[in-house]
Amino acid sequence: MKVLVCVKQTFDTEAKIELKDGKISDAGINLIMNPYDEVAVEGGIQLKEKKLADEVVVVSAGSDKAMDAIRTALAMGADRGILVKQDTAADEYARAVALAAVMKEENPDIILAGHVAADDGSSQVPTRIAEILGLPHVNVITNLELADGKAVCTSEADGGTLVTEVSLPAVISCQVSWNEPRYPSMKGIMQAKKKPVATVDAAAADNKVAILEYSLPPAKSAGIKIEDAEPAEAAAKLADWMKNTVKVEVK
Amino acid sequence: MAGTWVFVDQRDGNIRKVTFEMISKAKKFGDEVSAVVFGKGVEGLASEFAKYGADKVYVADADVFAEYNTGAYVAQITAMINEYKPNAVLFAHTFNGRDFASRLAQKLETGLATDCIDAEISAGKGVFTRAIYAGKALAKVEVTGEPVLATIRAGVWDVEESSGAGEVVKPAIAATDADVYQTIKEFIPTVSARPDLTEAEVVVSGGRGCKGPEGIKLVEQLADMLGAAVGGSRASVDSGWLGHELQVGQTGKVVNPNLYIACGISGAIQHLAGMSSSKFIACINTDTEAPIFNVSDFGVVGDLFKVIPVLCEELKK
Repeated sequence: MKVLVCVKQTFDTEAKIELKDGKISDAGINLIMNPYDEVAVEGGIQLKEKKLADEVVVVSAGSDKAMDAIRTALAMGADRGILVKQDTAADEYARAVALAAVMKEENPDIILAGHVAADDGSSQVPTRIAEILGLPHVNVITNLELADGKAVCTSEADGGTLVTEVSLPAVISCQVSWNEPRYPSMKGIMQAKKKPVATVDAAAADNKVAILEYSLPPAKSAGIKIEDAEPAEAAAKLADWMKNTVKVEVK
Repeated sequence: MAGTWVFVDQRDGNIRKVTFEMISKAKKFGDEVSAVVFGKGVEGLASEFAKYGADKVYVADADVFAEYNTGAYVAQITAMINEYKPNAVLFAHTFNGRDFASRLAQKLETGLATDCIDAEISAGKGVFTRAIYAGKALAKVEVTGEPVLATIRAGVWDVEESSGAGEVVKPAIAATDADVYQTIKEFIPTVSARPDLTEAEVVVSGGRGCKGPEGIKLVEQLADMLGAAVGGSRASVDSGWLGHELQVGQTGKVVNPNLYIACGISGAIQHLAGMSSSKFIACINTDTEAPIFNVSDFGVVGDLFKVIPVLCEELKK
């Protein structure tokens, strides 16, 4: 069984976002693999360790910088990589078209991805890929069991937890609570350098969403701060503020 | 072209408030507004939408829609979009809403703006403001495909009453069992008397300063007095005091309540990303240097174990 994992290189979640010439500035920003995709990579590697999968292939669409995310996944234990060279201005539609084209060639049994990217927060690409390939999908999984050509997925749902079964091949997007991604070992990092990574050009597709402008949200400023007060006095002042300024209802 | 559609986010007849928020906002675009509801035994819901201004209510009632499943829902709405040709379809930015809208967007080969905090739709043009980098930046985008699709964050618009004809339209049922590719084995509802984190008016969150389940209990006690949802920082989730579904921040939920109370949370940038759009923010923290104070409307430098019990007493008065 072949597992294909989609990964995206994103800003470190600790990064402070600044604008330069109307665009999001990447100056001095540490890039990491999208934390949700890291969980997908770990999930794929664990399937191989459990002998449920024979091969784990990582795919990323983007600039040359995306190679770092692929190398990280290889160092964690994935077998080989594919970099789909694409303009980073590609939208979710164009990205899904480019990734799906590679997947048609690869013909995997299961496609894993993070359910959302920490940068654009779109949570569209895995589902769009499933539609292009005509495959079932399940989003935001926290557990996965494979048996008899089927995937039984536990996922986070509105107001509860859902258990869904789909037949393979399928596209599965993961929540961070599924597993704890491993750190690449020194040996893994050395081995990753020798693992094959193919580079292909993205299939052409026009964006369906145009970005008109970026801005920063209005900065919150500090208000009242109670220091050096007895807990009882501070609590009374806070209660007063909650009742009279916020106008909370007390049950 | 037939105006803006708002897809009704409901389970077992319980309609999420964001649905009414979307209808109220769509009414301001000046075009026809329709609510679209799918389910089994949902005809009774049709009367809920006119008072917020819905001109039409499309009701697709069939066994195959009893529980949300992507395949049947997409098949049905695709047939309806082809027949009635709306300019735009708005969905709630819930798990179901984003799943549905993403698959539909690809089927129709159109654009989709997710997690929007503002919208302006006119003459078939849809311009949206999206929170990106978990709210650390905003992007204004235009969906250039047709129809315009978007998912909307809960709590960004007010619910406003207005009058609409609420004419009920029953479209042909286009979906069949053959469209269903996800078999739902089980749905386990969250057993909690507390409101949903992303829809709550008040959220009380606990962090590292709670030191353990005892501190979280105080947070819960305060939350229950306010009818609030309970949330947590990454530290309290990683320590196992709270489930991951309650994590607020960049790799958790983005919340947007009227009041957010951060207890024992220092305010790392990932956490701030998930809550700083709250209308009012209060915090209780022993460390006067904690970054959470920089975004708090009301900050108490103090020990939550001492402050929360008195706060609860004071609120009761």
